[in-house]
Amino acid sequence: METQPRIQVAGENALIIYFGSVATAAVSAHVQHTAQLLRELMGPHLIDLIPSYASLLVLFDPLSCDPPQVCHWIEQALEDETSFSDSDGQLVELPVWYSAESGPDLEELAARAGLSVDDVIRLHQATDYRVYAIGFAPGFAYLGEVDERLATPRLATPRRRVPQGAVAIADRQTAVYPTASPGGWNLIGLCPTPMFDPHASPSMPVSVGDRVRFTAIDRQQFLELGGQLPGEIR
Amino acid sequence: MATVEILHPGLLSLLQDSGRFGQHQIGLTSGGPLDPEAFYWANRLCDNDAATTIEASIGGLKLRVDAPIRVAVTGGEMPVTINGTSAPRWQTLRLQAGDTLELGYSKLGSRCYVAFAGGLQVEPQFGSTATVVREGIGGLRGTALQKGDTIPAVVDDGGPCLRLPPAKRPHYTHRATLRVVTGYQQDHFSREQQQRFFRSTYDVSERCDRMGYRLLGPPVHSALDGILSEGICLGAVQIPPDGQPIVLLNDRQTIGGYPKIGSVLSLDLARLAQLMPGDQVNFAEIDMELAQRILHLYYNMRRTIALDLIAPDFIVE
Repeated sequence: METQPRIQVAGENALIIYFGSVATAAVSAHVQHTAQLLRELMGPHLIDLIPSYASLLVLFDPLSCDPPQVCHWIEQALEDETSFSDSDGQLVELPVWYSAESGPDLEELAARAGLSVDDVIRLHQATDYRVYAIGFAPGFAYLGEVDERLATPRLATPRRRVPQGAVAIADRQTAVYPTASPGGWNLIGLCPTPMFDPHASPSMPVSVGDRVRFTAIDRQQFLELGGQLPGEIR
Repeated sequence: MATVEILHPGLLSLLQDSGRFGQHQIGLTSGGPLDPEAFYWANRLCDNDAATTIEASIGGLKLRVDAPIRVAVTGGEMPVTINGTSAPRWQTLRLQAGDTLELGYSKLGSRCYVAFAGGLQVEPQFGSTATVVREGIGGLRGTALQKGDTIPAVVDDGGPCLRLPPAKRPHYTHRATLRVVTGYQQDHFSREQQQRFFRSTYDVSERCDRMGYRLLGPPVHSALDGILSEGICLGAVQIPPDGQPIVLLNDRQTIGGYPKIGSVLSLDLARLAQLMPGDQVNFAEIDMELAQRILHLYYNMRRTIALDLIAPDFIVE
């Protein structure tokens, strides 16, 4: 169902555009396209943008432009008729070492889904995921959507420490933890590719709007690719 | 080149410039001074633009300089001493090589800014020196200042000593009225719930830090369980399922899925961030248009405030 994007006040120098109430690849592509146009239209008046599943937060300089002007730019961007597609982003392959050792929730998740561990590993690789949003922590990319059969709620008690590189599932989202942090997602493997390196340029291998494909590797390959063993994950 | 050595970091001392902008798309938050007004005055008293300063929370910071340097301390009522002798806030102070500057503990106002003429010389990360400990980004190595840290600074060039006239200084109290630009999911809060929010007084809880201030008081509920995660701006008032509002500050997560009733005016966030647990706040509703007028008036007024030129009478021999 097609709904008209809606502009809403968010703060003294912030407007948020809602593109719909559900996250789909098409909605996300529209968010991304609008963000790109606003960067060009607003130039130095733009302070920052936060694209998410079905919304775009626009932060502007309140001393150099006023809300009606910003609304005008947003409407201009929304009226743009240049075609865009939900496959415009780059495709990024991320290797994953799936195992009970590297993913302590893998067996539990399989049992819960009534699947074999091999099925879970196969299904997790079978989808090209879209980067819907980046947030929570630097480099934390929310990827969707995982196969319905793999959808699993967050842990009742979050772990105090999820290791860097942990590949995880929460509901129909999947992600790679960029740095060690507390977290409540279900861990199914480890990815050796750094998801956030403040000293690298670009600092992240993916951007919002890109697609991610996971490919299975074994323990040996994980180590060869520079993966660090986190020790026992509890 | 001069060097500032941290002899004791106090409760929490962080290097902060005006904040990190244009990096939300990789999940970096803005950081920057919790009280941008006190930050501004500290820098202006040192004839700086938005240079890197030390934000000291609650107190206990002690530092030593190895060359003549001009500094200014602004913000909450932390007693300032130079080599053990009391010194004023809100004016430029001349330090000599070997001098020790110390901030005592505050009973009123929880943040102070120490600015250094010429600015602290710190390499920016993602365009800013602002320290966000949660991200491990900014400052000297992504952490709070520690004992023994040394920060490059600029030797006193003999520039003027200035003072902000007392009548122009912010007045810190144990209470703040926070003006809220309503928006976001406001329409999902019933009229009764909104009235309760705007007519009640809330206490600052123990859980108040650079990410946000959790408040305690009459619970407020929206008709929503949660929302699709979306961008969170500075000052957003988030209402989690327990109904206790959280005002999100400089080190907030950039996206989240709790309903929000609007966002606190930035000028009032400066007041909120000076409060301590047990202090009280209430909220007042404003719209975006009024917020714009208030901001323009404030910034125009601030530009025209003249500083007093003072004799450098505070010289420690």
